[in-house]
Amino acid sequence: MTERETLRLHVPEPSARPGHETDFSYLHLSRAGEVRRPPVDTPAVDTEDLAYSLVRVLDDEGRATGPWASQTDPQLLQRGLRAMMKTRIFDARMLIAQRQKKMSFYMQCLGEEAIAVAHALALEPGDMCFPTYRQQGLLLARDDVDMAEMMCQLFSNERDPMKGRQLPVMYSYKRAGFFSVSGNLATQFIQAVGWGMASAIKGDSKIASGWIGDGATAEADFHTALTFAHVYRAPVILNVVNNQWAISTFQAIAGGEGTTFAARGVGCGIASLRVDGNDFLAVHAASKWAAERARGNLGPTLIEWVTYRAGPHSTSDDPSKYRPADDWSHFPLGDPIARLKAHLIAIGAWTGEQHDAAQRELEAQVAAAQKEAERYGSLADGQMRSAAEMFEGVYKDMPEHLRRQRQELGV
Amino acid sequence: MNMNRDIETGATAMNAGRTPMTMIQALRSAMDVMLERDSNVVVFGQDVGYFGGVFRCTEGLQKKYGKSRVFDAPISEGGIVGTAVGMGAYGLRAVVEIQFADYFYPASDQIVSEAARLRYRSAGDFTAPITIRMPCGGGIYGGQTHSQSPEALFTHVCGLRTVMPSNPYDAKGLLIAAIECDDPVIFLEPKRLYNGPFDGHHDKPVVPWSKHPMGEVPEGYYTVALESASVFRRGKDLTVITYGAMVFVAEAAARETGIDAEIIDLRSIWPLDLATLVNSVKKTGRCVVVHEATRTSGFGAELVALVQEHCFYHLEAPIERVTGWDTPYPHAQEWAYFPGPERVAAGFKRAMTT
Repeated sequence: MTERETLRLHVPEPSARPGHETDFSYLHLSRAGEVRRPPVDTPAVDTEDLAYSLVRVLDDEGRATGPWASQTDPQLLQRGLRAMMKTRIFDARMLIAQRQKKMSFYMQCLGEEAIAVAHALALEPGDMCFPTYRQQGLLLARDDVDMAEMMCQLFSNERDPMKGRQLPVMYSYKRAGFFSVSGNLATQFIQAVGWGMASAIKGDSKIASGWIGDGATAEADFHTALTFAHVYRAPVILNVVNNQWAISTFQAIAGGEGTTFAARGVGCGIASLRVDGNDFLAVHAASKWAAERARGNLGPTLIEWVTYRAGPHSTSDDPSKYRPADDWSHFPLGDPIARLKAHLIAIGAWTGEQHDAAQRELEAQVAAAQKEAERYGSLADGQMRSAAEMFEGVYKDMPEHLRRQRQELGV
Repeated sequence: MNMNRDIETGATAMNAGRTPMTMIQALRSAMDVMLERDSNVVVFGQDVGYFGGVFRCTEGLQKKYGKSRVFDAPISEGGIVGTAVGMGAYGLRAVVEIQFADYFYPASDQIVSEAARLRYRSAGDFTAPITIRMPCGGGIYGGQTHSQSPEALFTHVCGLRTVMPSNPYDAKGLLIAAIECDDPVIFLEPKRLYNGPFDGHHDKPVVPWSKHPMGEVPEGYYTVALESASVFRRGKDLTVITYGAMVFVAEAAARETGIDAEIIDLRSIWPLDLATLVNSVKKTGRCVVVHEATRTSGFGAELVALVQEHCFYHLEAPIERVTGWDTPYPHAQEWAYFPGPERVAAGFKRAMTT
């Protein structure tokens, strides 16, 4: 009789830790232009191949190719490029401000700018995003959100629109279609489905867009959202930003090994796409496709955006402890800003001089916004909202016990 | 919200025509009235659509208002409350049913971290005007998964309102007030009271609501204000602070001991009507806190603390607590667990002997 092997627990590992080089072949990339584009009314089950491949438009030479390459207006692409640059400049300046102790904490989206920015430009006014803390690009892509106001929240100063109650990056902009960011992961994903259901209940035309990271897909709210979205054919786009890392855990710990996050959708009866998240044109085209499905009562779409978290999880994190320090430079999908810039130059809609000028102009805009925001204080100088406001807004009307407690504090 | 304390019951009846209703019918009537009045009200949960709920509270509502306003949900409490929060962000007022209070735990994150704090964390940009109904309490041989009274888990959460009616009249008026309220409301329904004022004598038949004055319910719109307690029974010997099914158990104990207890029915457990209970304890000088839930860190502990904080120099005896035991709700031994009239009577006597 042959002896059986004893059981072994499998704990996934990334291919490289600090001091080594990551083998990115696990990403199973498709070539630009290779993946088909089905009609928007395609049955969910027929998208299975799309959930395991990778929709890409831009090739390595910056050319747009294949069925997902649409006649995108160069002006929109220029706008997208500027918004991505603005987002990166904003992040860089805020990181420095955090180091200067002007805010408690910051989270950048370095390397992921294309996803939020291109998606924002694919939505319509009135649509509602339910973002995570790394979708500041949804706000910075818009012209109607004041950067200085965002910074007032980051600085927790006397003009903080969240009145000092919420962490710096957890914005809330109902008027800009941006739901209040929660620090509890995944909760917003099912709420997005509820918002979409409400829009359908009221016979509206607006759609919801829910956001989650690869790590948080392990939460129950992710799976619940897929079920409810499918059951009620909710007008919602379900975005999974797979940036490979959830703080220190590689995406395989969230269940990405040997499969994809997009594949979760197909099994739930949801049309699913896996898309190059660093390819502005692919993000815009896939977002448009999903939005058209949602708006046409054709049901939800799950999109896995493959990207790379180029920076630390937050200012409290040090990724050099758990992954190769130069990992991003080897990431095969590159830098979204450099890729769109190359494309625009290739089609003659942008020049190096224009780029440098835009960079200077945006840096000046962000610096001016920071100067304006700092007029109202920062965490460093303690110029903040009154402690009396701490007791407001717990309920619509302040109950007696909170009045007593405010009195006890003496404010 | 009507905060008019001049009206002793806190109720404002705008429709004089009253009909005998069970608590189930009264709750259904509240949802019916609000579905009719406000096109932003939707009702959903497990089994609540076509079938009308396992306790029949939503029977007929889907037929009357259509499937897009009254519908069945997957078995996912987290999903039910999570979608309700999203609907609230859109502008709807969702009234959702958790089939048993014992099942709310998977929705904890959505209730505690989301619904309760959304107004606060977004500085009023978004709110969660949702009502979460859930049958609670034992007495139906439901064992540990169909009998719990988890109110203290909610009262500990800032931003929530926790309500528990004890009779059909209050149930309808409070549910309408809860649906109209812009804060999230946990609406606990003592299931043993659905069909009559059960007083803890499980070996005796229960009087139906049709034979009880509190089963007379206006057909139309009225509210019972949140944060208003009612003096359920006037008395001078001691004050009982309680809510839900224990109101009638306390009444039986008063009747059977001859102790003239003043029974305060909180109705809104938190935030509560502090003045009503403080005034009563200052008058009687003695206090017994009664609830069905487990004792340790139960809401009774908060009530005892509030009474000693506000009435210490008026107290003539230590405050008594009569509660369920600190065990899971047992199945076969449920009546040994339930704090029935005898245990409440013993609490009264202890409070009177010092």
